[in-house]
Amino acid sequence: MIHVRKTLVVAGHGMVGHRFVLAAIERGLTETYDIVVVGEEARPAYDRVALTSFFEVGAEALSYLPDGSYEDPRVRLLTGTQVTGIDRDARQVTLDNGDVQAYDALVLATGAAPFVPPVPGHDLDNVFVYRTIEDLEAIREASKSAKAGAVIGGGLLGLEAANALHQLGVQTHVVELAPRLMAVQIDDAGGRTLTRHVEQLGLTVHCGVMTELIDAGADGKVDSLKFKDRDEPLDVDMVVFSAGIRPRDALARDCGLAVAERGGILVDEQMRTSDDRIYAIGECAAPGGQMYGLVAPGYSMAEVAVDALLGGPGTFTGADMSTKLKLLGVDVASFGDAFAGTEGALELVFADAVAGVYKKLVVSNDGKRLLGGILVGDASAYGVLRPMVASGMELPENPEELILPASTGSGAGVTLPDEAQICSCNDVTKGEIVAVVADGQADDVAGVKACTNAGTTCGSCVPVVKRLIEDHFASIGREIDRTICEHFPLSRQELFDVVAVHGYRSFDQIIEAHGSGRGCDICKPAVASILASQFNEHVLGRNTAALQDTNDAYLANLQKNGSYSVVPRIPGGEITPEKLIVIGEVARDFGLYTKITGGQRIDLFGARMEQLPAIWQRLVAAGFESGHAYGKSLRTVKSCVGSTWCRFGVQDSVGMAIELELRYRGLRSPHKLKGGVSGCARECAEARGKDFGVIATEKGWNLYVCGNGGMVPAHAQLLAGDVDSETLIRYLDRFLMYYIRTADRLQRTSTWLDSIDGGLDRVREIVVDDALGLGAELEAEMARHVGSYVDEWRATIEDPEKLARFVSFVNAPDVPDANISFEVERDQIKPQLSSEPVTLGSHIPVGAPTA
Amino acid sequence: MSDWQQICRVDDLERERGVTALVHGQAVAIFRTHDDQVYALGNYDPFAHASVLARGIIGTRGDVPFVASPMHKQAFDLRTGVCLDDDSVSVPAYDVKVVDGTILVGPRKASTLA
Repeated sequence: MIHVRKTLVVAGHGMVGHRFVLAAIERGLTETYDIVVVGEEARPAYDRVALTSFFEVGAEALSYLPDGSYEDPRVRLLTGTQVTGIDRDARQVTLDNGDVQAYDALVLATGAAPFVPPVPGHDLDNVFVYRTIEDLEAIREASKSAKAGAVIGGGLLGLEAANALHQLGVQTHVVELAPRLMAVQIDDAGGRTLTRHVEQLGLTVHCGVMTELIDAGADGKVDSLKFKDRDEPLDVDMVVFSAGIRPRDALARDCGLAVAERGGILVDEQMRTSDDRIYAIGECAAPGGQMYGLVAPGYSMAEVAVDALLGGPGTFTGADMSTKLKLLGVDVASFGDAFAGTEGALELVFADAVAGVYKKLVVSNDGKRLLGGILVGDASAYGVLRPMVASGMELPENPEELILPASTGSGAGVTLPDEAQICSCNDVTKGEIVAVVADGQADDVAGVKACTNAGTTCGSCVPVVKRLIEDHFASIGREIDRTICEHFPLSRQELFDVVAVHGYRSFDQIIEAHGSGRGCDICKPAVASILASQFNEHVLGRNTAALQDTNDAYLANLQKNGSYSVVPRIPGGEITPEKLIVIGEVARDFGLYTKITGGQRIDLFGARMEQLPAIWQRLVAAGFESGHAYGKSLRTVKSCVGSTWCRFGVQDSVGMAIELELRYRGLRSPHKLKGGVSGCARECAEARGKDFGVIATEKGWNLYVCGNGGMVPAHAQLLAGDVDSETLIRYLDRFLMYYIRTADRLQRTSTWLDSIDGGLDRVREIVVDDALGLGAELEAEMARHVGSYVDEWRATIEDPEKLARFVSFVNAPDVPDANISFEVERDQIKPQLSSEPVTLGSHIPVGAPTA
Repeated sequence: MSDWQQICRVDDLERERGVTALVHGQAVAIFRTHDDQVYALGNYDPFAHASVLARGIIGTRGDVPFVASPMHKQAFDLRTGVCLDDDSVSVPAYDVKVVDGTILVGPRKASTLA
């Protein structure tokens, strides 16, 4: 049978177009279709919802496709290209570069365009919209010479735009036609609360005013705004329109597809337009005549369209338009029937003008069901309230307790039904969350995130997820066991505190006073790490040598055949030719396999345990020291080449990486630690994939924390922005020490962050705002570490007692263990494994090197 | 070949650590526990197929003294060589005696012969 591949064209590469392609690849649509994606913007799809953070993180961090292409070779992406016409009869589209592309199926994902009202002066210089990265770049450029600016439109996007202007140091006015801010989502009282918050930040809000004219100065640029029924003009140097969006449906109109009365391409429940080979999804589509200006419904439409193309039954029948967001630092949430439109609906209101909190619940006439609500200033209850609306469950007896200040936000005492949707971003129900906990797949928030995706997008449901886990354990009478092992009834953090308070220096002291038995492979390395963090004694010292795990015990990394690998420190990845030659010579002389690591250094494999001191001797003599590749400790601080060489660099990233690596080298921690420093927002050092990542800005450094690669990758999150080098190091000292003190054993920074009540905000309070007054203490602990650092390799080769353990056989130190043998592959050694122990004499032992 | 082979002084061993000795042509792991008992097991980890057990951490599970393989942490009873995580797997255990402070390793314990 001849199998002819078909072609699918996607017009538009925004968030929804991108999601469509991902879903198409994942669900196997590319088995039958070649996909051609035509995107108008110069860059591939990026996170438009987080657009405001562009100034902080740069375009690359927002990008969904930093490499510029999809991994699936059957998807071709054309950026900077526009579909200009559709010929439905010929089944082809024309592009603005003159090309013609045939299609078997066409998906329109052209999105929406900002609506600019026809106010005179709307086409002046320094009048902007807020939709693309290019818009933001232009706004940033104009802000440099602007004192004051106005955002026309006080809705959700308008406030985002106002936030951006405010961040750029422009005196910002918000001009709204409606009598209040966010008129679509919240009521008058909520709007007043929000206005107070916004004005406290130094912005000015003008509600109920209509802009009549944007007036120009002599230079042709914006000079002032004139309002209807107001004499005083408002002096501004720039204007941003954010007065709503309109579906971009022109392509559909031009080729005769049906469109909705108020705009948007009419589609059925499977996203098919009036031509059944053409689909429309996202903001350009109007299922049932209505367009949806949020990303979540757009994503649903993308999934439904893929399903339809595969012949599936999925439908889109409307979306939950509930929203929760942080605008200018203020929590705002609106859900369900927020305006009490249901007949007979009752309102329950809590307002605290001093604290700036307004909460309203809309309940059914009989008081039994929650219909909707509005939260301003404190939206912590959103995670419980929204699923209560969606599931239609019966309200508790005193529903007002759900919004009173004492409530924890996790809705303790409310029992949601199993079908209640907890995570609306990823459509995860309570039943699904409880199921993964009940069958043992997960026992904490991090585990639930990994198993179900709940809480991985906006994070608003995390407190509820946490409570569901605790409730489940309480219901089966299981206490969440954080004790470290059978020998200590303590968690790692408690153990850390016990050592700090009593000043214990040895395992014997600790287990006699607080434990039982003689320890094991879990508690011993944990105690060794805690002692090292607090006292920084040599890991092979008398008190600690017997506690060290596999790699620490021999200051090298055990490999599968019982040999070791050796990694000298190369701070920041910077190395002289002379040192590089020494590494090569050592590897050659000892016959070691060499490989460049991901952390910008060189790993030398295949050393026998008894060879290690001689290898270290050579390396130390050449000025190297241990790279601690074997420890739960700082590994490397990776860097890009930075401003010294790079045309784009704005700071000396190599210098900073070296300073940080030398400062934190040898620091023992609950898990390995990695750092990265990038010299500009292009982020070539991949710093946001590290436990701490530093990215240069024009003004200093942005500090990101709690990222990692590995099995469950996590992007580091911004802890502090635009700090100078001294502040950066102070924050890092505090952050690292706080993590070392409080994390569980083998808990990396990202899962540690998940386990902290209040998450990143809480860590910022402690590290940046010093809310617990711990700052000086944490810095002093780090100073002690820095001051007491010694190179473990050098200390070992200088100490006969420590050296004594590096022998093959205690009774035959000159005989190498014949169980370790190698073969050759690609001109280097590789381990040769034997399925039985090798008896000496039956094999000729591999000789020791002559070097 | 004598059944008992002299290895080293007890004092040459750190408490709660192992060393590797060459006994009858085989790599044997010798351990000294906290209470100065000395045990000897085959050094070859049957899970990882590598000669490494002497480099593991020593501890107790309940009253059972054990070594955890440095490779993947399977625990072996120091007295019998039986794996505590999978009792169908074991490593050879050897008789040990200490004479005048010197460790002597004897033949494989009868109970561990298959």
